[in-house]
Amino acid sequence: MAKITLENLAHSYLPNPKSEDDFALKELNHDWVDGEAYALLGSSGCGKSTLLNIISGLLIPSQGRVLFDGKDVTTAPTADRNIAQVFQFPVVYDTMSVRQNLAFPLKNRGMEASEIARRVQKVAAMIDMEAQLDHKARGLTADAKQKISLGRGMVREDVNALLFDEPLTVIDPHMKWELRTQLKKLHQDFGHTMIYVTHDQTEALTFADKVVVMFDGRVVQIGSPQELFERPAHTFVGYFIGSPGMNLFDAQIDGNTARVGDATVQLDGAYTAHGKTQLGVRPEFIRLSAGGEGIPATVRRVEDVGRHKIVRLDVAGREINAVATEGEEIPADTNRITFAPGSVNVYADDWRVTPRGTDA
Amino acid sequence: MNKTVNQKAWFLVLPVLILVAFSAVIPLMTVVNYSVQDTFGNNQFFWAGLTWFEDMLHSDRMWNALGRQLMFSAIILAIEVPLGIFVALNMPKKGFWSSFCLVVMSLPLLIPWNVVGTIWQIFGRVDIGLLGYTMDALGFDYNYTQDTFDAWVTVIAMDVWHWTSLVALLAYAGLRSIPDAYYQAAKIDQASRWAVFRYIELPKMAGVLMIAILLRFMDSFMIYTEPFVLTGGGPGNATTFLSIDLVKMALGQFDLGPAAAFSLMYFLVIMVISWVFYTVMTTLDKRDGK
Repeated sequence: MAKITLENLAHSYLPNPKSEDDFALKELNHDWVDGEAYALLGSSGCGKSTLLNIISGLLIPSQGRVLFDGKDVTTAPTADRNIAQVFQFPVVYDTMSVRQNLAFPLKNRGMEASEIARRVQKVAAMIDMEAQLDHKARGLTADAKQKISLGRGMVREDVNALLFDEPLTVIDPHMKWELRTQLKKLHQDFGHTMIYVTHDQTEALTFADKVVVMFDGRVVQIGSPQELFERPAHTFVGYFIGSPGMNLFDAQIDGNTARVGDATVQLDGAYTAHGKTQLGVRPEFIRLSAGGEGIPATVRRVEDVGRHKIVRLDVAGREINAVATEGEEIPADTNRITFAPGSVNVYADDWRVTPRGTDA
Repeated sequence: MNKTVNQKAWFLVLPVLILVAFSAVIPLMTVVNYSVQDTFGNNQFFWAGLTWFEDMLHSDRMWNALGRQLMFSAIILAIEVPLGIFVALNMPKKGFWSSFCLVVMSLPLLIPWNVVGTIWQIFGRVDIGLLGYTMDALGFDYNYTQDTFDAWVTVIAMDVWHWTSLVALLAYAGLRSIPDAYYQAAKIDQASRWAVFRYIELPKMAGVLMIAILLRFMDSFMIYTEPFVLTGGGPGNATTFLSIDLVKMALGQFDLGPAAAFSLMYFLVIMVISWVFYTVMTTLDKRDGK
């Protein structure tokens, strides 16, 4: 177990990167605190896997350093880092039985047979494959194979970190839930540093203490699920997290007021913002009303998704979503929307701006 | 679905039937015909029954040729398969040098058999050949036309030079089909180089290697031209393999009866071995599927 530090880390797959666009992973500094569970969230191709492979040593970064507990391991081979990594698609050793597969990482480290047997048994129980231990691995289904891959990742107890690269993609939904719970339990029992790459926000938010959101090769925000929800640092975070994502309104910012179209919105602080300025409001914080104050809007349709309703509105030709709780009445003649106090975030060129005189 | 019954459809098989009859069945039947008759020339034949087969089964000459043949095939397989795998493992994975290696390695495969024989015939000569002359100059007593051991070494070296590329190319194709994730997982699992070979590369190459072994075995078991050009089967009978012996018997001595019986038994052996290979391969496939 170790604290993993990334220093000025960046990576490009091109031999001579020129502009910033050539970097698959843009410069970043970050400490992965020992024993925390992180989720690395982002859409496909945003550099998540690149980052993971750099940590595990499968890739050597084009610049910057990787430190484990202060020790430079940037160019150290994977085997020396003592890291477990599970990949998106199952990797099993075809000619071995399930038992041999699970024992393989331990055997390679010359562990005693009795200890190997104990751990294999334990991991087999975790992934629910005790009955198939002596089957050949090659004939198994994709999700059984992926469970073996997961098991091989979990069987070593002294690893520096456990890295998961979208490991549950091929697993059916019921088992997905089950395995995620097992992973969480494993984290609680052993306190490994875990980094879990996914593009599924539910998976990220339920698994991790801290969520790292990446966009276009850049880490745009690191925070608890609540922080990501309430104060998205980048419009991408607002859009990517939440269902539906955050609403954006083009606005002119002037001190502590903002103008959206012809309406004026009171802000909870004074802002200085340049460039393309926008207001971001979560659908959960949009209030509907008939007449009175607010931004003009028309209801286009209402979708009942069970525990709440999603109201699709049209504001100056733009689709805006609002969430209404199940019992809540939606006025038939809704033509204005207002924002709940403290729910408005201000963005300039897609990055969140903090009010003057505060640091949050 | 209802199947239409139309017996005239059998006529559609006729072209194939005729083709196979002329290309395989009729020539083979001629051989069968010879194998049960004897002749003293003048195109007069007498019924001989199974005498030739009995003769052949008790013929030292046939058994010796078969022994040499099996030994030759075993030796070249034992060299070419591991060597081919070794070459494939060390070939560049991509880029210019990968294509370069592929082209260079394909070259021997494109050279006609009798040219290969001639190349080595000259290459090994003590008076003008680069190999023979150098060996002689270095003080080795090398002469493939006189010495049995030297003849064998030269024939085997020739075959290895000619055919290792085939094994290497097939093994290379097998290696290229392994996804990177396997190697990455092996690194994570701290597998040794040997373990990577034993548990990842070898199982993934098993299919193509079976084909390589089958091809190399059949080819070497039927080899004729190259050793015939190189040594003519000599010195003595030291490199007289089955095909060479067969040709000597049938065309050199004009012993049509024994030669025909010999051919049929040769054919039978090849059929049996092919069948064994086929069975092993399909069982492996089935085991894969389970």
